[in-house]
Amino acid sequence: MALDQIVTSADDTWTVAGRTFSSRLIVGTGKYKDYAQNAAAARASGAEIVTVAVRRVNLTDPNQPMLMDYVKQDEFTYLPNTAGCFTGEDAVRTLRLAREAGGWNLVKLEVLSDPKTLYPDMEETLRSLKLLVTDGFDVMVYCSDDPVYAKKLEEAGAVAIMPLGAPIGSGLGIQNKVTLRIIIENAKVPVLVDAGVGTASDAAVGMELGCDAILMNTAIAEAKDPIRMAVAMKHAVIAGREAYLAGRMPKKLYADPSSPLAGLI
Amino acid sequence: MVKILLNGESREVGAANILALIEEIGIEARKLAVEQNLEIVPRSQYHATAIHDGDRIEIVHFVGGG
Repeated sequence: MALDQIVTSADDTWTVAGRTFSSRLIVGTGKYKDYAQNAAAARASGAEIVTVAVRRVNLTDPNQPMLMDYVKQDEFTYLPNTAGCFTGEDAVRTLRLAREAGGWNLVKLEVLSDPKTLYPDMEETLRSLKLLVTDGFDVMVYCSDDPVYAKKLEEAGAVAIMPLGAPIGSGLGIQNKVTLRIIIENAKVPVLVDAGVGTASDAAVGMELGCDAILMNTAIAEAKDPIRMAVAMKHAVIAGREAYLAGRMPKKLYADPSSPLAGLI
Repeated sequence: MVKILLNGESREVGAANILALIEEIGIEARKLAVEQNLEIVPRSQYHATAIHDGDRIEIVHFVGGG
C-alpha cells in the first residue's frame, strides 16, 4: 500500500524518561473482540507502546488466553496503568504488582473520580504521583485539561502530562483546544492527548496543536474494522505531526485567489 | 491444609509455599505477580515463602486495558 511508504524525518523522535520512541501513537489493549485482533490492530497502528491493566488471574480457568501470548513484550513496550483505582494507595499497590509481573518503571497513572464520567480526581492524582515518584516509578499522568494542575504534576515529577481530549471512551474529539495549547506551551515534559479521540481527524487535531503523542483505545477497538482504523490513526498522527512541523498558513477572514490576477484576458 | 483468601475467594490449599501454590493452580509463574498480605513476593522467593492459615494472597497478571 502506497500510504505505508510515507516517510517522515527519521530523527523526529520523542523521548519520555530517557526512552526514545519513533511512533507518536500509543494504543490501549482493552475492548477488543479477542487478543488476536488486539495484536493485529496494535501492529497495524505502528505503536511501540501499549497500555495494559493488572487484574486477578482467573482461578477457575487458568488456561484462558493471556495478553502476553498475543501482544508480546519483545514487540511492544508495556505501559501498565492504574485503571479502576480511586485512591493513591490502590494505584501504588497496583503498579508495584505490575513492576513485579515484568513491567518496568514506566507507568501510567490514572485515578478516577466517578464511574459515570471517569473524570480524573486531580487532588488524589497529584497525591498518588508523589507516592509513586518516591517509590522510584517514572509516571505518565492522565489528567484533566487544567493548565494549573498540569504544571503541578510536572513540578511533582511527572515524566509526561496526559490531559484528556474528552471523557474516556466517549469518542467526542478534542473539546478544549485552548487549554491543551496552554498546557503544551508550559510543559517541559512530553504532553500526550489521552482519551477522547473518536476518529482520525481528532488525532490529527491533537498533533497539530503540538502534542508529542496521542494515546487511544476505544477509537480503534470499537471501530467497525479495528485494523483499518488502526492504520488510519497511524497516518492521522503522522499527518498532524507533519502539519505541526510544517507550520500552518495564517487564517484569513476573506478569500485570497490562488491564481495570479495579472495577465487576465 | 491451610485456609487462605486467594484472589478474594476463600480456599483450602495443600501448598506449603507460593511456588507450590502456583503449581497447584496450574499457571505459568513467568506471567504473574504475587502479593501476600499486601506485601509483594519477589519471584526469586516463591519457594521460600511459606503460606500460613488466614493469609490473603493475590495472584495477578496483565490483561488488556486502556
